[in-house]
Amino acid sequence: MMKKILLLSFLLISAVAIHAQGYKVGDSATDFKLKNIDGKHISLADYKDAKGFVVIFTCNHCPYAVAYEDRIIDIDKKYKKIGFPVIAINPNDPAIVPGDSFEGMQKRAKEKGFTFPYLFDAKQEVFKNFGATKTPHVYILSKNGKDLKVEYIGTIDNNYKDASKVSTKYVEDAINSLLMNKKPAVTYTKAIGCSIKTKG
Amino acid sequence: MKVKILFSITLLFTISLTVKSQDFETLNFKELEPTFHLQDDTTYVINFWAMWCKPCVEELPEFEHIRKSYENKNVKVLLVSLDFGVKVEERLSKFLTKKNINAEVVILDDLDANSWIGKVDDKWDGALPATVIYKKDKRKFFARKVTYSELAETIDNLNR
Repeated sequence: MMKKILLLSFLLISAVAIHAQGYKVGDSATDFKLKNIDGKHISLADYKDAKGFVVIFTCNHCPYAVAYEDRIIDIDKKYKKIGFPVIAINPNDPAIVPGDSFEGMQKRAKEKGFTFPYLFDAKQEVFKNFGATKTPHVYILSKNGKDLKVEYIGTIDNNYKDASKVSTKYVEDAINSLLMNKKPAVTYTKAIGCSIKTKG
Repeated sequence: MKVKILFSITLLFTISLTVKSQDFETLNFKELEPTFHLQDDTTYVINFWAMWCKPCVEELPEFEHIRKSYENKNVKVLLVSLDFGVKVEERLSKFLTKKNINAEVVILDDLDANSWIGKVDDKWDGALPATVIYKKDKRKFFARKVTYSELAETIDNLNR
């Protein structure tokens, strides 16, 4: 009996430990409800007609995130109408980086003319669920009924500095495959970025 | 005349200083990669950072402290800057002078980050800061901000 309890607790602890590392490609993602810059709360379930989502952890202050802003807008414009909207989430604690405050997000979104929701992960739970570690960090999800499946994790493309010199668009390639009901050829890449700012 | 000569000397001196302080090597990853696999008796402390990265800037003095306390002890500190943008060398030079950081700095300019992040360390997923400490084939990797005592302990362990 004791052994069984021990084994069970061990399994439980392992399950928690694995979960703490966040999603892997193929995992099911849990929906969330976060406040958008317009003050309304948004869930993925609100998007009845979406085929999937391009969830991007990003922020105001990080130069890599800034370098990708125009490209994120382009991705949203191109894919929102065919079923893959961008959902941007700021995971940073503004107590550590004041520029990443909710007001800062509203300001930046207005300056750049963001075409997508820009949500604030105020409790810092969503980025931990996903396992995001930096900005920008992309998770492409496909939607099948209520099930959200992680299809791609990583970087947007292969040139963080200069959009005109990009030769591989990982995110667009992955969405294009999913739109044809195919698995993306590349499902995981490593993205350079600013570590997510959290007190723990 | 004297004033003129003095002025010229001062000017020359200033120019040479300026040139020297801005003299960073800019490398792509292929050029930098051998630095992660040297087989001599030196312990290498290699830190990835950028001026705009707050935790990176906070830990810079720890690396400078290590460089000083392990001077002449076969320890080499290398700061790999991922800064980019307008006048990056000039800004970097000013920044390091202001912060009084004298460790060697190189600029890594390799935009296909996915192609090289994993070559630094399997465990690194690309978030800054990150630090590799190694001696020959023994190595330790930190995917976060580190302290002086963590660095010192790691270096001492590698040398045991």
